[in-house]
Amino acid sequence: MRPPRPDDPDALASFVDSSAALLGLRLDPEMRAGVIEQVALHARAMALLDGFPLPDDLEPGPVWEP
Amino acid sequence: MSLAAAGAAAIAAAVRRGEVTARAVAADALARIEKRDPGLNCFTAVLAERALMEADRVDRVIAGGGDPGPLAGVPFAVKNLFDVAGVVTLAGSIINRDHPPAARDAAAVRALTRAGAVLVGALNMDEYAFGFSTLNSHYGPTRNPHDPARIAGGSSGGSAAAVAAGLVPLALGSDTNGSIRVPAGFCGVFGLKPTYGRLSRAGVALFSPSLDHVGPFARSIHDLACAYDALQGHDADDPVSSALAPEPVSPQLAGGVDGLRLAVADGHFATAAEPDALAAVDDVARALGAGRRVSLPEVARVRAAASIITASEGANLHLADLRARPRDFDPRTRDRFLAGALLPASALVQAQRFRRWFRDRARDVFRHVDVLITPTLPFVAPLLEQEHTTIGGATIPVRPHIGVFTQPFSFVGLPALSAPVARSGRLPLGVQLVAAPHREADLFRVAATLERDGIVAAPVAASA
Repeated sequence: MRPPRPDDPDALASFVDSSAALLGLRLDPEMRAGVIEQVALHARAMALLDGFPLPDDLEPGPVWEP
Repeated sequence: MSLAAAGAAAIAAAVRRGEVTARAVAADALARIEKRDPGLNCFTAVLAERALMEADRVDRVIAGGGDPGPLAGVPFAVKNLFDVAGVVTLAGSIINRDHPPAARDAAAVRALTRAGAVLVGALNMDEYAFGFSTLNSHYGPTRNPHDPARIAGGSSGGSAAAVAAGLVPLALGSDTNGSIRVPAGFCGVFGLKPTYGRLSRAGVALFSPSLDHVGPFARSIHDLACAYDALQGHDADDPVSSALAPEPVSPQLAGGVDGLRLAVADGHFATAAEPDALAAVDDVARALGAGRRVSLPEVARVRAAASIITASEGANLHLADLRARPRDFDPRTRDRFLAGALLPASALVQAQRFRRWFRDRARDVFRHVDVLITPTLPFVAPLLEQEHTTIGGATIPVRPHIGVFTQPFSFVGLPALSAPVARSGRLPLGVQLVAAPHREADLFRVAATLERDGIVAAPVAASA
């Protein structure tokens, strides 16, 4: 599922509702607005990373060594 | 000797010489906690019976002519995500109250106990370590001993505040994006986040496993070194535990800074803070003769990637409870955990790939620098309910900004130490010292030099 644009409130709400349903998460009304707000922050973070191309051979370390 | 102001090394020396019993030290700490903690709310459990029993064991070893260990009789306390045998590991939640009590102590608790230290209690934190404030809706906020109207920082807020207030000379916490260094900075104590994998996390409730570290707090660099040395060692029970042999730092404290290549972090680290926090770095750099400035690239993307990894891994650990009982989460963490569960897999993989990219850039920097100096924090401890602050004329939300200087280094597992800048009469601020992987000794040499010269210091908080 492609994440929505952070500045599109309808798309964010739709993404939250459909992906929560897929995961079996029940979002009560008082939680939903806060979750949408957080997902908007994540969408901005994802957009930042999307804008930074990485070479195909750059893989996450299977054993992490700082 | 004033036991409230005494450090771990002084207490251990007095106990070992028989000048005071471990029981008297433990009883004094317990009395201090009973008297002062209600105003600060550092402790979620006080383990008086266990503490006195362990203290008696130390006294028996001494009476029998044995060696009780380098931390003989030193009271310590741990963030309540460390397992303590017979106690439920809360990790700041009420959900975990339904868990059975821990069967044995966490590896780090066992290590300090082997060294003769005496566990006196468990400490408050942000729920499941997801926060920088220790504003915990279930157990109440931990208050800053330097000004109880202000936050202690988090997520190891109880740990930092208990040490700053003189309730215990040593404490343990955990650090995923800054959760040791942030409260150490706000509360004016020393805090170490070692290299990823250096200290065992076995028996610790994890938050975001690929970023989680544990480490000590203390009021002197010598005490911090004693604790760190006692904690080192490979542990097969922690899958990321380093196989490197322990490297004691205590014998290296007098090494000075000669031969170390020091630099001040520029760019992001020289702009996103209030003038006071940047001035503290300038004072430290001047004292050390560190004139060189270096920049790290793409810090905004670093923070984006770290937040994606944290939220994804954290949500994964709590997914069953998010499904079954979301209302039992702290409202301060719940929405962030729920949103983390919804992150697409590609975001997490991309963040981990970016992490590898940034690790390589960090390695490039540390080929030419031994210790990098940055602010720990962008501002002094905010008021408990403060939502916004102003930096460079711009109004920003407080809590998302607290970790701007700590998050980039835990992201790639580099060792980092927060040292409290001596600011008599003003609220504490920390400087962060960062080194190449497994070069903790360099951090300790720099911090010890600064402490010797009076540039950094961690007196017991006057208002505590």
